[in-house]
Amino acid sequence: MSENRSVITLANLTREKIEYLLKMAAEFERHPNRRILEGKVVATLFFEPSTRTRLSFETAANRLGARVIGFADPKVTSGTKGESLKDTIKMVSNYADVIVMRHYLEGAALYASEVTDVPIINAGDGSNQHPSQTMLDMYSINKTQGTLDNLNIFLVGDLKYGRTVHSLLMAMRHFNPTFHFIAPKELEMPEEYKLYCHQNEIRFTEGTELNEDVIQEADILYMTRVQKERFTDLMEYERVKDAFILGADMLAKAKDNMKILHPLPRINEIKADVDDNPHAYYFQQAQNGLYAREALISDVLNYTLDDIINDHTIIQ
Amino acid sequence: MTKTLLVSALENGTVIDHIPCDRTNDVITLLKLNQLTSTVMIGYNLESKKMGKKSIIKIANKFFNDAELNQLAVIAPDVSLSIIRNYEVTEKKRVELPEELRDIVKCANPKCITNNEPMHTIFHIIDKHSRVMRCHYCEKEQRIEDAKLK
Ligand SMILES: [Zn+2]
Repeated sequence: MSENRSVITLANLTREKIEYLLKMAAEFERHPNRRILEGKVVATLFFEPSTRTRLSFETAANRLGARVIGFADPKVTSGTKGESLKDTIKMVSNYADVIVMRHYLEGAALYASEVTDVPIINAGDGSNQHPSQTMLDMYSINKTQGTLDNLNIFLVGDLKYGRTVHSLLMAMRHFNPTFHFIAPKELEMPEEYKLYCHQNEIRFTEGTELNEDVIQEADILYMTRVQKERFTDLMEYERVKDAFILGADMLAKAKDNMKILHPLPRINEIKADVDDNPHAYYFQQAQNGLYAREALISDVLNYTLDDIINDHTIIQ
Repeated sequence: MTKTLLVSALENGTVIDHIPCDRTNDVITLLKLNQLTSTVMIGYNLESKKMGKKSIIKIANKFFNDAELNQLAVIAPDVSLSIIRNYEVTEKKRVELPEELRDIVKCANPKCITNNEPMHTIFHIIDKHSRVMRCHYCEKEQRIEDAKLK
């Protein structure tokens, strides 16, 4: 293969490529069940368990007619016997047309893409990147807002360790967003991402409070979990733990188009009374993951948008 | 007492001056001086107006290319280099930080793949002035000063 089609991060994709992939995902939403990947083998290598992400990728592969091999739990692989990542990837490359991998080490997916010609899709490498999550986030934003341009996006909760918010921030740079970072002091957006905003002319504000008045400006309210383990100061955790919980009573002034996103799983940061609110979108967001992943798998296997639109293998 | 008395003169070779004393071993490691068969003279804890104390290393009959020498910018950016031919200094050089560091230093991130797999490291220099680099693999930014040699 002359060109490495791996998807390791979305940070370096052009606006055109992102829009192209979102169009492809939209085609898969119209017709999610096909046989276009019949005869292909997709390997899902989960060196770190993540049932949610793995099921989403495996469903995407299955609904397109591919066969799936792999492992869900690193304990069953030889990795624990001391086999290097390189050797595992080389071995699986003999069997699979695409490798979806999740790994607890940062940079693992990029390194894997350097040791094989089989395209790699990064399904999460430590706290680094998780591009399919970002793709489904952008798909959800585009679908609910009708555009990605000029939106007011509120990122709430753990902005220090939350890799999904970092990836989203970087991928949105082409679309003139205004970000609002709402986080406790200890979990505020790291300097390097604020610097990234400055360098890419992304506007942002910062705050430590989530309330009705703050929410009323939002087009997108992207919630994340504030985890106790992240705090060095437990008194600080006790002080702020309830301040970043969203309840239906806080949505009275929200704009009609405002949607609440969350990468899931949620613990208690969104109260159950929000679930039936018209602003809630996090369950549909997770479903969009299927279409986004169908698009990523097809793209790395060299299928074009035209192939997807003119696909004769659609199962009605 | 003068320097020339401390470290004897060189007929042909390379002189690396103004090495911070605590980086002397790193210079030896980086340039693989312990693998040379030619004479290597090391002056340690020498008086220096500029630095207080410094080290000098003289390597006989050995000339390095710029890529080799520029590695020194990682650990000792202010060294001065003299190329000696027939007892004369024929060229003076400073080192310059390369755009990319290949397999020279370790990543500071314990969860980086490069620290857990038998493999090379690559760092991209983000800012030569403030000496910040980013790991090619885990993308973590770190100060060059804090980096440990591989
Ligand atoms: Zn690293």
